[in-house]
Amino acid sequence: MSDTKLKRVDLIFGEYSNVKYKVLTDTIKRSNDEILEDLLESGLRGRGGAGFPTAMKWKFTAQAPGEEKFVVCNADEGEPGTFKDREILSRVPRKVFSGMAICGKVIGAKRGYIYLRGEYKFLLPELNKELEGYHESAKAIGLDFSIEIRLGSGAYICGEESALFESMEGNRGEPRNKPPYPTTYGYLGKPTVINNVETFVNVMMIMRLGPIQFKLLGTTDSRGSKVFSVSGDTPIPGIYELELGMPLDRFVDEFGDGDTKAVQVGGASGFCVPRKKFKDTVIGFEGVPTGGSMMLFNSSRSMFNVLHNYLEFFEEESCGQCTPCRVGCQQLRKGIVAVKKGDKKFLYLDQLMKLSESMKLTAKCGLGQSVANSFSSIVYNFKEEMIY
Amino acid sequence: MKNTKIETIKQINLTIDGIQVSVDEGTTILNAARQLNIHIPTLCFHEDLCVAGNCRVCIVEQEKVKSLPASCATPAAEGMVIHTNSMKVRLARKHIVELLLSEHNADCTKCYKNGICELQGLASQMLTGDHMFLDLVPDHKYSIDMFNTAIIKDDSRCIRCQRCVRTCEELQGVSALGVAYRGNHMKISTFYEHPLFEVVCTNCGQCVNRCPTGALIERNYIDQVWDAIYDPTKHVVVQTAPAVRIALGEALGMPPGKIVTGKMVTALKRLGFDSVLDTDFTADLTIIEEGNELLTRLKKALLDKDPNVSLPMATSCSPGWIKFIEHTFPELLGNLSTCKSPQQMFGALVKTYYCQKRKLDAKNVVSVSIMPCTAKKFEANRPEMRSSGYKDVDFVLTTRELGIMIKQAGLDFEELPEEHFDSLMGSSTGAAVIFGTTGGVMEAAIRTVYEVVTGREIPFEGLNITPVRGTEGEVREASLKIEKVKPEWSFLEGVELKCVVANGLAHAKKVMQDVKDGKANYHFIEIMACPGGCLGGGGQPIPTNKEIRTKRKEAIYEEDMGMSIRKSHENPEVQLIYKEFLGHPLGHKSHELLHTHYTPRKRY
Repeated sequence: MSDTKLKRVDLIFGEYSNVKYKVLTDTIKRSNDEILEDLLESGLRGRGGAGFPTAMKWKFTAQAPGEEKFVVCNADEGEPGTFKDREILSRVPRKVFSGMAICGKVIGAKRGYIYLRGEYKFLLPELNKELEGYHESAKAIGLDFSIEIRLGSGAYICGEESALFESMEGNRGEPRNKPPYPTTYGYLGKPTVINNVETFVNVMMIMRLGPIQFKLLGTTDSRGSKVFSVSGDTPIPGIYELELGMPLDRFVDEFGDGDTKAVQVGGASGFCVPRKKFKDTVIGFEGVPTGGSMMLFNSSRSMFNVLHNYLEFFEEESCGQCTPCRVGCQQLRKGIVAVKKGDKKFLYLDQLMKLSESMKLTAKCGLGQSVANSFSSIVYNFKEEMIY
Repeated sequence: MKNTKIETIKQINLTIDGIQVSVDEGTTILNAARQLNIHIPTLCFHEDLCVAGNCRVCIVEQEKVKSLPASCATPAAEGMVIHTNSMKVRLARKHIVELLLSEHNADCTKCYKNGICELQGLASQMLTGDHMFLDLVPDHKYSIDMFNTAIIKDDSRCIRCQRCVRTCEELQGVSALGVAYRGNHMKISTFYEHPLFEVVCTNCGQCVNRCPTGALIERNYIDQVWDAIYDPTKHVVVQTAPAVRIALGEALGMPPGKIVTGKMVTALKRLGFDSVLDTDFTADLTIIEEGNELLTRLKKALLDKDPNVSLPMATSCSPGWIKFIEHTFPELLGNLSTCKSPQQMFGALVKTYYCQKRKLDAKNVVSVSIMPCTAKKFEANRPEMRSSGYKDVDFVLTTRELGIMIKQAGLDFEELPEEHFDSLMGSSTGAAVIFGTTGGVMEAAIRTVYEVVTGREIPFEGLNITPVRGTEGEVREASLKIEKVKPEWSFLEGVELKCVVANGLAHAKKVMQDVKDGKANYHFIEIMACPGGCLGGGGQPIPTNKEIRTKRKEAIYEEDMGMSIRKSHENPEVQLIYKEFLGHPLGHKSHELLHTHYTPRKRY
């Protein structure tokens, strides 16, 4: 029985330790190399979606020349269908602060920032109160690392790390050219570690449990657990912490309503998996990665409408600076409408598929590059819905 | 020393299109390819500006990398293998150009930039034309800002490369143009989308010079000028600015740095202007007036100890600079020289002195100027610039517009014989010629002021005051000790005249901020709004970049050295006009016709 069930995990939202900031207190007594070794051993990869090995990111930043360095927690949770960071920050903020502080110690930063999504402003009083406690504890254990919260203003693009820095610096939120990467040139041009909220919590849990324990969960490529935001046509929407590397069909068995036609894994910038591929799809970095969003669609849904909605979102939320993203998104959305209306032959979809591929290759940042994910996976798998 | 320096720059080896190349660390893939004479197309890239990397036209394929990096923004790395024209690159690049065209109002035949538009050039290179994608233009509510006398901004032709935005911010420190909105609504805009004439825009035209399409253009007055020329009742006088004669050739297919003064005069005569005269004449006049103004202010400050005298005194020849200071440092307007710019002095004298001498009725005289500048168009339309009762200058054409007129007239410019300017306000000196480059007004003024005060020529070989010759991208300070003065100038004995020269408004801003903060103790400030001075003006041929400006600068100094008279006060016609008409410098007539006042403006 148990192997048909998904492995529910309770790491992230689990109880705090009895002593405030115990893990942090213990961890800062260890050497930076030990901490990094544990992180590397744990196989932790970033939880924002891209999955860059966290230990490497920290190591590069620690090695980067420069006196002043920063830790930034990306809490600009804007991906449609994702709402797990909100939950983490409201339920276990101390774990986030601890993860950031550990990072600060490892890379040699004295200041950390949480870039909080504008729409999450309501979390601010509670978080600031909690931060007071953190600062007291940090002082008590002799840790020179302060954390400040910065509010976004509602732009999806500011979740892109370099646009986030621009926004924090008071500029228009536009992605920068890369290289240089944040590890050498981040906030204010200084070496910066920027990680997702969940990543910092994971770091903290690895420090508490040790890498061996952490590694027991997940697969070779996707270690540990992940907090999923489950939404759409499901009787039990909500936030679930599950082991990584699960097959999608089991997920659908558990969360679907019995009529699941497709699952959008990773939000608007993620991939759409149709029913026939559920069995062969693994949720994790070796299969379909996700920042946490799992949207289920049953057969009553029009995939054309779903895609149109996503494209409309990208069309609005593109910063507009680079050509492939600014114009490409408009062309894709208007293009599928033209095909649907019969203004363009259905072969035009092939043209649009090629265009989305070009966008993936040439856009300046992750936003424009990932439009092709949902576009090509929906158009490819639900072509008849696009045409008729 | 030099060798060791070269050795310390790390060399990066990479392969581009199968050719191995070694470049300095930090070199972009684009520039590395240029070293191999491989031309990667670009749009948002401009040599004068910071890298934006937003048009994505310059993408290349890098082996072992999934995406196609923008070559302008990606530094070469050791062992890179780059393909600039692979299958992948060609398709992606074509997509990008097609996308740009799909949101671009491409009625090229109606566009002022037809034939010199960079987007058009790319489109023809890519053989676009099969309407790969939907036309997005009808879906956008594009607007055209036509309310300005100098610059027209047409959003329907804009490709959002942000060259203008970077120009306005980086080179000029003005930031009149910025990016507004997001995604499909993203556009280049002004403060709360006010028309250009209501915001801090100085009309310098540097954006116009860098716009790859027809989105930012000068308001052209070509047809109005032709109408005047063909009107038999009108006597049309044309004046040409110092910086036009060293750049006009570029607009007509000649390489940069050619002096075409004589051909230009011939062309203007053939176009049908009744009299072809030289702004250099009033440049010399400006030196006399401004030099005397400076001496008067120095006297008031040093001898009379008048606390109300405004020093340092700043030059007022550059109308972009004037509008800039009116917006940015309105409290320092008293520091500006009250002299009109040479263009406006010339215009005022055309409608008075010239008419008187030629026995013409000013109402039948049309005064046209050829300028390297778009701000001059705005200046000519200032309400205070009609002290003679008539508009000083009726129409201002840029170097580019003159180029178009010459083409329209079917003249083979390069083959034209060389003629001289007409007389009466047509004579010039080397001092006037160098008005076209940064530091030129300062040098010309010092050549005259020093001689007036001491009775001797300036102690520099060949009259070349190299310490004040401005350099691009830098604020140049210099001082000159005045000794053994004539008795009437005894208060200047031993005074160290402190000067500063700045070009580009971003640098002007620094200088003026120092003045405002009381950190500077200059006597005389020369500011030119554009990088390199007028030779890099917004109305100059496109392209303009540092290399081209350097060549134009060399040509200007060459022209100066070639002049028989090189000091303003020795210009015979200038001496004549004081005798016959103006009386003496800063006299009643001068004040009426040659001097002006300024208007404080808002800061947005």
